[in-house]
Amino acid sequence: MLVSNSRRRENVLVKGARVLDPVAGMDTVLDVRIDCGVIAALGSDLDSNEHHVLEGSRFVLAPGFVDPHVHLRTPGREDEETIASGTAAAAAGGYCAILAMPNTDPVVDSAAVLSALVDAARTDAVVRVGFLAAISVGQEGERLTEMADLADAGAVAFSDDGLPVASAGLLRRALQYAVITGRKLALHCEEPTLSRGGQMHEGRVSAELGFAGYPALAESVMIERDLALAAHERRPVHLLHLSAATSVEALRRWRELGVDATAEVTPHHLCLTDDAVRSLDPNLKMNPPLRSVADRIALLEALRDGTIGAIATDHAPHAREEKDVPFEAAPFGVTGLETAFAALYTNLVEPGLIPLETLLQRLSDGPARSYGLEPPRVAVGERANLVLLDTETTWKVREDAFRSRSANSWLLGQTLRGRVAATVADGRVVFEESLVG
Amino acid sequence: MADIRMMREPLLPPEPPPRRHLLSISDLARGDVERLFATARSFEQSLEREVKKLPTLRGRTVVTLFFESSTRTSSSFELAAKRLSADTMSIKAAGSAVDKGESLRDTALTLAAYDPDVIVIRHPHIGAPNLVAACSGASVVNAGDGKHQHPTQALLDLYTIQRALGRLEGVHVAIVGDALHSRVARSLVQALALVGARTTVVGPPALVPAGIEALGCETTFDIEAIAGADVVYVLRMQRERMDAGAAFVPSLREYTTRWGITPERLRPGQVLMHPGPMNRGVEVDPRAADDPRSLVQAQVRAGLVVRMAVLYDLLTTGPVPVESAVREEVA
Repeated sequence: MLVSNSRRRENVLVKGARVLDPVAGMDTVLDVRIDCGVIAALGSDLDSNEHHVLEGSRFVLAPGFVDPHVHLRTPGREDEETIASGTAAAAAGGYCAILAMPNTDPVVDSAAVLSALVDAARTDAVVRVGFLAAISVGQEGERLTEMADLADAGAVAFSDDGLPVASAGLLRRALQYAVITGRKLALHCEEPTLSRGGQMHEGRVSAELGFAGYPALAESVMIERDLALAAHERRPVHLLHLSAATSVEALRRWRELGVDATAEVTPHHLCLTDDAVRSLDPNLKMNPPLRSVADRIALLEALRDGTIGAIATDHAPHAREEKDVPFEAAPFGVTGLETAFAALYTNLVEPGLIPLETLLQRLSDGPARSYGLEPPRVAVGERANLVLLDTETTWKVREDAFRSRSANSWLLGQTLRGRVAATVADGRVVFEESLVG
Repeated sequence: MADIRMMREPLLPPEPPPRRHLLSISDLARGDVERLFATARSFEQSLEREVKKLPTLRGRTVVTLFFESSTRTSSSFELAAKRLSADTMSIKAAGSAVDKGESLRDTALTLAAYDPDVIVIRHPHIGAPNLVAACSGASVVNAGDGKHQHPTQALLDLYTIQRALGRLEGVHVAIVGDALHSRVARSLVQALALVGARTTVVGPPALVPAGIEALGCETTFDIEAIAGADVVYVLRMQRERMDAGAAFVPSLREYTTRWGITPERLRPGQVLMHPGPMNRGVEVDPRAADDPRSLVQAQVRAGLVVRMAVLYDLLTTGPVPVESAVREEVA
């Protein structure tokens, strides 16, 4: 169940854009007319009537993005992000829907907390939000949450993200109970005794800098365990933020054995390696950490061939005072909603590492399917969930331009090519970049 | 009288010198090391005089900011600054605003308001000196940041080796012990590589970080490998490494048996070094520590003159006045 504050259904005409729907195999210059929030016509020289016109020439019009992994920090850390600021950031990033993780304070582990969030989203959310609920009470890994009640209250899926489900026994019970809820489990795979104290990827750079290492093995060992459990219980799972080549290899192998597992990867793991940590910038500290060149290549390969079907920002806002400290004292996590497309276009599409069509599918259709959500489409009769992309203009990532309440971006000060010109979410224009500058 | 020098250059308004820092050994070129050692050598000679204080840095302010306990490094920096007539101010984390939750940036900004010329900082977190350098107007000296770097320790070790063996190029140093958790090891490996020495890191598997070779050393788990070295450099072995869940080695006893340095493991002609503080009976046998081959006291003395040289070098831009006198000695 995804909710937003959208009431109004708008009449919009997107004129002369290159309409690119990779799933439909569509790539043509067309006008797209939206009547009362629903795509009513695709064609040439459509009449604008009284419609709000989005000038699309030079731009690409694609299905709106879906981010399956966002930390909205609400409740508990509204200084870092709120439903309103987080969804405004999502709109500015081209997202028409996002999924929020339950590791808040309090944790989303009861129907009461979840219902309050869903209600708040009905008034505050600019784009549609779905909430995940915790697998274990307080994310403490001891007792299962009341998963059936939570599912009834609107939980889209279940996850202890931020922490692994350390106990194999508890995860097995959660998988068994998922038959009752019908919801997927989203797994943060980290073997805590291998990652203990780790600040960055264990490798040459950590050896040189002296940081405690968090080996790739800590992720892939847990993926092997979790997929073995999923195989045994015959339940689907979604693997969060893959970072390592060995994890990709494990996923392929278990899939061949028939396990129904989807997976996601973040823009920062696709664009960076642990070498970047030499700058000691706390905005390069995240969990899982940036890994080796070989890991990055394996992730790109898996994204290209579809082994990893979704790109997730793992947007993790942190207050300035929390990140304005030495690397080791800083919390894990970076923001990503407002920079994902530009970062990926600049670092992957422009250099020819992946085609634009693949990127668009992995930002929209892929993540929606991972959680069984209706994928956005550019087709007559569909609710309008669209993104208008300018792939030519360059822009500089500035701290004061974020809609997010936090600015812990690894891209600060960088010049990127590709920006979101407009976002239509659930039949309404939720973001429109001024064409000036 | 002999110290009076003629100004050969015309008197021009001085340019403000570029602010320099010593944050990591990687900030240094080989020529910098040679220049620092020439300066240190001249200071060493001056310390043989009855009045040991030099007026060189009169009117300058050196702040030492220690967020970790330290005896030799903090006292060494403080005495070095005093011997050069600088004003000194020592701040320890305990009892300071840091105890009240002040952030490192705010502490640095507060100190910067006094316009110190040099801030010497030790901090448990990697990169803390870089942060202070970025937000204060002072030259920053890293006196140890987490497990990352301790550049003045590496410089004083090199200086000690050069004074004892008469050379650095081609010297073979075996660094024995917990290299994983050691900023001394990281700085020293880099510094030895910089001056053309050869380094072998020896220790238990979990304490020799895979990938440290990239800094310019060989690695082995076999203590016998120290036989070929000119210098056996022993690292401190900390008890926390045996904590439940860490288990880097099974026990201190087993570590001592396998990797402890005894007089029997030292061959004639080898010298022994240790950055201190020593755990006698753990990583080093007391007999080896007190052996004439031990350079531990020489390291402490070198620490003073090398730190004097570092402070002097950061705060002056002109040529070292005594360089020519000692050039042959360090060449």
